[in-house]
Amino acid sequence: METILERIKKGRFWQFHGGIHPPEQKFLTTGKPIKKSAIPTELIIPIQQHIGVPGEILVNVGDNVLKGQPLTQPTMPMMVPVHAPTSGTVTNIAEHVVAHPSGLKELCVFIESDGLDTWREKHICPDYQSLTKHEIINKIANAGISGMGGAGFPTHIKVDTKANIEYLIINAVECEPYITADDLLIREHSVKVLEGINILKHLLSPDKILIGIEDNKPEAIDILTKITDSIDDIHVCVIPTKYPSGGEKQLIKILTGQEVPSGNLPSSLGIVMQNVATCFAIAEAVIDDVPLIKRVVTVTGQALTKPQNIWAFIGTPVYQLLNQFGFKPSAEKQRLIMGGPMMGFTLNDDRVPVIKSTNCLLAPTTKEITAEQKEVECIRCGQCAEVCPSQLLPQELQWSAKAKDHDQLHRLNLFDCIDCGACAFVCPSHIPLVHYYRVAKAEIRQKQLADIKAEKAKIRFEARKARLERDKKEREEKQRKASEARRAAMNSKSAEGENAKSAVAAALARVKAKKAQQQEPEEQQDKKSQVAAAIARAKAKKQGKQTESKEAVVTAEPSNAQSNNAESADDKKARIAAAVARAKAKKQGKPQEQASEATTEVSDKPAPAKSNSEAVDDKKARIAEAVAKAKAKKQGKSQVDASEIDVETSDKTTAAKAPAKANTEAADDKKARIAAAVAKAKAKKQGKSQEASEAVIESSNEPTVSEAPAKANAEAADDKKARIAAAVAKAKAKKQGKSQEASENAQQELILEVTADVANENSAPVDDKKARIAAAVAKAKAKRAQQSTEQSTDDVASEEQQDEQQKKARIAAAVAKAKAKKQLRNESQ
Amino acid sequence: MMSLLIAILLIGLMSAFFGGLLGYASVRFKVESDPLVDQIDELLPQTQCGQCGYPGCRPYAEAVSNGEEINKCAPGGDSTIKKIADLMGVEAPSLDENHEQDAGPKVAFIIEEDCIGCTKCIQACPVDAIIGAAKQMHTIISDECTGCDLCVAPCPVDCIEMRPIPQTTKNWQWDLNKIPVVEIDQVKS
Repeated sequence: METILERIKKGRFWQFHGGIHPPEQKFLTTGKPIKKSAIPTELIIPIQQHIGVPGEILVNVGDNVLKGQPLTQPTMPMMVPVHAPTSGTVTNIAEHVVAHPSGLKELCVFIESDGLDTWREKHICPDYQSLTKHEIINKIANAGISGMGGAGFPTHIKVDTKANIEYLIINAVECEPYITADDLLIREHSVKVLEGINILKHLLSPDKILIGIEDNKPEAIDILTKITDSIDDIHVCVIPTKYPSGGEKQLIKILTGQEVPSGNLPSSLGIVMQNVATCFAIAEAVIDDVPLIKRVVTVTGQALTKPQNIWAFIGTPVYQLLNQFGFKPSAEKQRLIMGGPMMGFTLNDDRVPVIKSTNCLLAPTTKEITAEQKEVECIRCGQCAEVCPSQLLPQELQWSAKAKDHDQLHRLNLFDCIDCGACAFVCPSHIPLVHYYRVAKAEIRQKQLADIKAEKAKIRFEARKARLERDKKEREEKQRKASEARRAAMNSKSAEGENAKSAVAAALARVKAKKAQQQEPEEQQDKKSQVAAAIARAKAKKQGKQTESKEAVVTAEPSNAQSNNAESADDKKARIAAAVARAKAKKQGKPQEQASEATTEVSDKPAPAKSNSEAVDDKKARIAEAVAKAKAKKQGKSQVDASEIDVETSDKTTAAKAPAKANTEAADDKKARIAAAVAKAKAKKQGKSQEASEAVIESSNEPTVSEAPAKANAEAADDKKARIAAAVAKAKAKKQGKSQEASENAQQELILEVTADVANENSAPVDDKKARIAAAVAKAKAKRAQQSTEQSTDDVASEEQQDEQQKKARIAAAVAKAKAKKQLRNESQ
Repeated sequence: MMSLLIAILLIGLMSAFFGGLLGYASVRFKVESDPLVDQIDELLPQTQCGQCGYPGCRPYAEAVSNGEEINKCAPGGDSTIKKIADLMGVEAPSLDENHEQDAGPKVAFIIEEDCIGCTKCIQACPVDAIIGAAKQMHTIISDECTGCDLCVAPCPVDCIEMRPIPQTTKNWQWDLNKIPVVEIDQVKS
């Protein structure tokens, strides 16, 4: 039994199963040298030209790039960079149709060449032997070299194998019809190719290097044998022409007799195979520091007048190449095939760029390659099985593929099919077998992806379910613990017996106490006093502002009187009063700056009276609120007619009514609510009536003033009132501050209205519906006030009043809205 | 009479024996979970979309094994129904008319400028494919999205839409056209 080497030396090779002998058609280009390409005007460089993932783009639109400058940068092992094939400007980075049978778009870098072809700085390294393997592999990776035979597998990964390599096989077979690119490359650049082989030898240190070449390239064989004669471990293996000898597994079988097991890589057998063009590119990259930016492309077919091989720039659009070879479309639908006729694919756009694995561009006439013949039924002749280089059963595969029986396809080893097309070539029924397999393969791959995705989704779903379950349990556990703790606490107390009871009793007592306080105002001087304090503060502010325009003396008297009264009541009151007094003092300080007489007095007096009256009782307040709303409406209407008297009178009337009601209501809760409703109703009526009769209104003015003190007493009655009053007071203060700027006349009204507004505010807490209504009312008021001011009369006083009212209205609206929101929240809780 | 009694006794004894045997076997060889459920679950597309009326694929698988109709899986479509029918040994019905078959694979997409960060979609997603937090913009991890539609309805601002997965060279499927080769006359050039 002779060894493999002995057999090789004797030129007796093995045979793979099947194979065909299609018309070679290499004569079209084999006799002509490789043409030097003109620099294309436009280059379109797809950022992914290999199997794996594209690198990260390094350039921006508008950048000037030099020849050989990297456009992308690898960040992962399976990434391969691309480089600028010539110098120029990056005009665009966008999706473009790429060299893929689908005709789909992928991201490309567009470069407009400047025609100078300026190189970036090159670091020529003639002595690669001094470099470490790692450095060489880095150089190969950075030069963007991926397999140039067709598949485009990143070369730096292929050569970075840890396996012990027995055979390095250089593939120069080029079995596909038409293509002569490798043939010409060997003939013209054999030295470079040999250098590349030596670099690979340096990297992989194989036992033997075999160069496989078909016997239809005599010139190339001559050159190869000549230059490798002196080298012991390189053998040029001339093998008989048969398609598809150039397939990786087929060539291994031919040269070594070994079969690569299904699903394994040749490196598992200690074999690495590289294409001749890749060897050339490696030599260029490692020694000359030239990245992979051009390659030999066979541009052929009888639709070209001058078919020839060409050094094409990577990224050259196909039409630019064809135009250099006298391209004459032979038919309306001229087919353009990228790759060979057996394994290539039809292009559907002539702007597709040449990529690193493009070895041939075929423009055939219809005579050469006919339009598709009609597929007929399989006659089970079995020729396909005879020619299949992978020893598959093509017709079985075809039936399973048509039936989408993926399990059966797996059993028939569909994935060992190399898509060589031999079965389709021999099929007498013109069945495009390979295409069925390609479709089936794509479907299965999709299905596998979908299965992986479904599995992932399932896991995620389960994980989520588990998480929710866990959360629920945790929550329940927490609740259980909390309730247990509560129960335990209760029990322990009950053990003590009286303790627990006493606690409950205490709570009850507290509740009762609160009630009592509310019911019996006298006992609750505490709360009252607090309230009163707040009121006082508020009042102080208001008055401070009011009195700015008034005489100090006048104001001082009433305020003092009030404060005195308050103090006499009780300790806390006293404190409050003190605060009030201080506030007043401040106010008085300010008023003296300005001067205006009688009106001030009037306004000052009613103000305290009102504040007291508000404080009287919260029910009153509610009512007052309603009244206020009503007033607002009335005033809105009345002011349209614009007469000071009307406005003032109406204000006073309302105010008067409010206290009156307040007193009566003080009697009882329910009455109060009813009264509020009544008040609202009344208010409306009055609004209308007042326009008609001024006299009645005037008469009602007096009662307001008189009732006010009465209310003040009532206030003391109850702490809720007090709180309300406080709020009222604050509001008043604000309003008055604004109002006083306008006019003295207005002050009286202001105060009245303020009270009303405040009342509104107070009443709001009573009930959230009211609040909402109030809000609406307030808004309405605001609008009216605005309208009325627009229509304002000649009278300055009335205008000012309107201004004030506007402001008030706005404030009231805002307050009402805020209140309504709060109440809603409270209720929802 | 005696022979009758013997026969009755004998039959009785035998039935007691075999009954005991079966009873033991049922305990000894008890099947932990219904393998049918697993098998059906395998066939379902695992979108967890709930369009069948069950909260996920496995609950539907369980329901099918307990006699639920097998034609309620909209994402699976007719091919899934056929597979389940084969497994169950029943006639394959057509898809329930209440369910429309999906036009194709889709993924949810959040129009980010409209998102108000309400987290409602996050709670709805059966596979946790949405990331985001309260008052933060949300987004979909499109690789994890099963296209189940469940997040579309809860969105208060309608900022989620289902978009078909775009076709790329990665997921493209071959179409049928071949390149035939014929011999041409050799033209000397």
